[in-house]
Amino acid sequence: MAQRGIREYDAKRILAKHMRRLSKGTFKYRGRVALVTPNTSIEAVAKRKQWVKTEKLTVKPDQLFGKRGKHGLLLVNATYDEAKSWLEEKMNSIVEVGKVQGKLTHFLVQPYVELDKEYYLAFAGHQDGDYVHFSAEGGVDIEANWDMVTTVNVPIDAKIEDVDLTPILDSVSNDDGDAFRDLITALFRFYRKLQFGFLEFNPFTHKNGEFFPVDTVARLDDTAHFLCHEDWKDVEFPAPFGRELRPEEQYIEDLDEKSGSSLKLTVLNPKGRVWTMVAGGGASVIYADTVVDLGFGDELATYGEYSGNPTTEETYDYAKTLLDLMTRGEVEGGKVLIIGGGIANFTDVAMTFDGIIQALDDYAEQIKEQDIKIFIRRGGPNYKAGLAKIREAGKRLDLDMEVHGPEMHMTKVVSIALKNLEGGR
Amino acid sequence: MTKPDYVLFDKDTTAIIFGNQQAAVQRMLHFGYLAGREEPSVAAIVNPSGGRKGLMKVFYGKDEILLPMYNKLGAAVKNHPDADVVINFASFRSAYDVSVEALNYPTIKTVAIIAEGIPERQTRQLIALRKKLGKWIIGPATVGGFVAGSFKIGNAGGALSNLLMSKLYRPGSVGFVSKSGGMLNEMANMIARNSDGVYEGIAIGGDKYPGSTLVEHLQRYEANPDIKMMVVLGEVGGDDEYEIVDAIKDGRIKKPVVAWVTGTCAKVFPSEVQFGHAGAMARGEAETADAKNAALKEAGAYVPNSYDDFDKHIRKVYEDLRAKGIIEEKEEVTPREIPVDYDPRTMRRSTNIISTISDDRGDELLYAGIPISEVIRDRYSVGDVISLLWFKKRLPQYVTEFLELALMITADHGPCVSGAHNTIVTAMAGKDITASVASGILTIGPRFGGAIDGAAKYFKDALERGLTPRQFVDEMKAKNINIPGIGHRVKSVHNPDMRVNLLEEWAFANLPKHKLLDFALEVEKITTAKKNNLIFNVDGCVGIVFVDIMRSTGIYTEDEIDDIIDSGTLNGIFVLGRTIGMIGHYLDQKRLHSGLYRHPWDEVLYMLPSETEVLEYRKAK
Repeated sequence: MAQRGIREYDAKRILAKHMRRLSKGTFKYRGRVALVTPNTSIEAVAKRKQWVKTEKLTVKPDQLFGKRGKHGLLLVNATYDEAKSWLEEKMNSIVEVGKVQGKLTHFLVQPYVELDKEYYLAFAGHQDGDYVHFSAEGGVDIEANWDMVTTVNVPIDAKIEDVDLTPILDSVSNDDGDAFRDLITALFRFYRKLQFGFLEFNPFTHKNGEFFPVDTVARLDDTAHFLCHEDWKDVEFPAPFGRELRPEEQYIEDLDEKSGSSLKLTVLNPKGRVWTMVAGGGASVIYADTVVDLGFGDELATYGEYSGNPTTEETYDYAKTLLDLMTRGEVEGGKVLIIGGGIANFTDVAMTFDGIIQALDDYAEQIKEQDIKIFIRRGGPNYKAGLAKIREAGKRLDLDMEVHGPEMHMTKVVSIALKNLEGGR
Repeated sequence: MTKPDYVLFDKDTTAIIFGNQQAAVQRMLHFGYLAGREEPSVAAIVNPSGGRKGLMKVFYGKDEILLPMYNKLGAAVKNHPDADVVINFASFRSAYDVSVEALNYPTIKTVAIIAEGIPERQTRQLIALRKKLGKWIIGPATVGGFVAGSFKIGNAGGALSNLLMSKLYRPGSVGFVSKSGGMLNEMANMIARNSDGVYEGIAIGGDKYPGSTLVEHLQRYEANPDIKMMVVLGEVGGDDEYEIVDAIKDGRIKKPVVAWVTGTCAKVFPSEVQFGHAGAMARGEAETADAKNAALKEAGAYVPNSYDDFDKHIRKVYEDLRAKGIIEEKEEVTPREIPVDYDPRTMRRSTNIISTISDDRGDELLYAGIPISEVIRDRYSVGDVISLLWFKKRLPQYVTEFLELALMITADHGPCVSGAHNTIVTAMAGKDITASVASGILTIGPRFGGAIDGAAKYFKDALERGLTPRQFVDEMKAKNINIPGIGHRVKSVHNPDMRVNLLEEWAFANLPKHKLLDFALEVEKITTAKKNNLIFNVDGCVGIVFVDIMRSTGIYTEDEIDDIIDSGTLNGIFVLGRTIGMIGHYLDQKRLHSGLYRHPWDEVLYMLPSETEVLEYRKAK
């Protein structure tokens, strides 16, 4: 659905398979990387990869966050035994990176490389082409030294071979120019052919036709899966650090993958008192915005959306998952459920509401016990029938429910709901 | 008539729909009818991958109408040169290829791409292409948009009830653009409730790289004198909104802009959350909703504190413009009435059978629209009547002459061929005319008389692929297929078939060009060199000459000729012609009072299992 980060391990593993061919034999990359996880110990890895025991090692978490040195999460120039005990200490530990807390579960192990010179190279897509950013002064402080970076644009319909790279090559010594040209060309081809949105090597160096990337950051455009799945092998798209999926989120993600419609769910705060079930990618954001803009951001329990005319069954599964999460614990002052949405283009409101009603049937007792108030606003094809049905279900199940159609401003229902939160703000 | 550059869609705009999207087509037609368009806004439908083609039945107001349906975009574009919009419903897998094809047709100015999930690199290539060609893309990942009272893209605007509620059947004064397609109707409704309504509304789609940007549409609105104010709904992620900021600051946009950027909630989320839209993810502080809202406000746009107050800001700006006299009171328009609310499940019952060739309901019988009295008065020939009922138009005289020639030549070929033989045997068994003639007709097929279609198809295909006669013969041999239209049981080079000579002579005398016949005669030279009786036969000749005729009329495209062959039209000539002979044979037997036919024993070779084989079989059992 968009550009998504991949593990450094995957990026390097895939690069190793393509380097020789894409550089037309001028460069090789041995791809000596290993991934240690709670299920794959460094001992197990060492059995398959001899270098793990013979070389000095670099070990670092591989979970889509950077600045690992600054967080004390980088081990360099270590022996196998040092790496092993460091890993034992760090594995499954909880750390805080930026504002985010998460568990360390994936570590990249690679041979330690002594760099006499640190270079920086990144490719980044923009609308009209792809930027090649290069600096002969790479390393951790690249952002602070951005004035040392030279940028060349490769237009979207041009080949890198046809683009003048001299501004970049001017910053390296003359006898190195051809090698850098070959290397940058090959890596750019890799970036473009495999549909990366962003690819960064910082720092890196090369020696005798061999490429040595130290840190790598990569984002793939996952919509290109149908074009690239063979080249990507079994690349994994991990959740961002600190965002391991809950079983319910995983369930909705699986549902979404199987469906032609769109179903999304992120639990933000399971103890929150404001729950939303909103139709539409655009409207769902606006509902969440309004909760935040009206000062209830810390009470917002979920972000999610259903759209693209899901079936009654799919909507039922989605609503059931949400109601199950919502009714797991009583909270003082009660909770509100906002079943919102704009005016649909083609999603059938009556059919999707049938699914929501089935879920309300299943959870009616819990909803009443926990003093949950329901606020509804929706429009679109068959909305009159849909709203009438859910109003009727509300009466039949004796739920505390308010139902509005498109005659009311879309987010008005949010302010009404928030006023109903006992204790308010 | 050239339109101003800022107009993408108006009351005359017609579109080609790529994808078998009956519901979307129907909604476009309802919209157009409601708005008082004279012609439907859909020129044609492309149903790809060899699905059903021909015609799509839809309602236009009270009437059921037929829209042409093609298998290939090229055929639709060629036959509908006035349509300058392609609405591309292809899936994310093929949307790119279809869009590239569509953009490259000179008659197409705008392509709307509905699919979500097109790889970003492909979209960026499409953007480069459309810029190079000076064309427009709306989308991907959008429902499209509409110009109130003129034209709408596919499902944009939603159900009929919404078109009425948001008054989309007549233009207001507000130009609106959003990223989100799902918010299009909601915004149109909000604008209708707080102003005189939408003039034009476009959703550019939620992808990271939209085919056209917010500011590009705003600049169109700026240039359009009928649009007095603009409304923008932006989104967290990307830097599109800063282009608006720049355009306001440097005066490219002067009309009042009411704007809101969604995604202000992202700041309270603990880590990065990908919203429903691919492009909706802030990378860096500048891409956050708060930063963009602040920048727009600073540039002079009207920006509320929350979406909750968006409606009030729109109302205020509208009322200011009214007070200043910039927006004048418009007379309300009454939309045309549509009989029943459109709903796929309760839709007016549509008819079961389509007839496009004859109509018996009026005062007088019509053949392809021609009253029977005119057929008689103007001395239509049998060939003319066939052309009306088979081809739905009066074909030129040399064509109908050939049809008659073919009927005469194929009328009979003696009592020994399968059709006549069956007719005779059935008549001798005492059955009536319909049973006897039917039994004869039933023998017509690939081995008897039915090679006309096959010959036309294989020879035409070979010529179109640029094969030489030799390559064609070799290819058919390699595939182990006998070439239809070549070979005869009794006729040969030394005993030529006079019927073939007559057809050929006619073709040489009457057709300016006869490429396929020339090709077939070259093929015959090769096949007869191998075997004497591998001559060009009468079936082949009828089929091939008819292809040359259809081409010479200039009426048909190659695709349409293929359709005519595929539907069995050419075999129809043989069926019709030979029926004359078979009726003759039936009548002949009746006159002769022939008795039941019994085949003589000595004409049959009896070869049953031997006694020992039967014995063994019994033992085994």
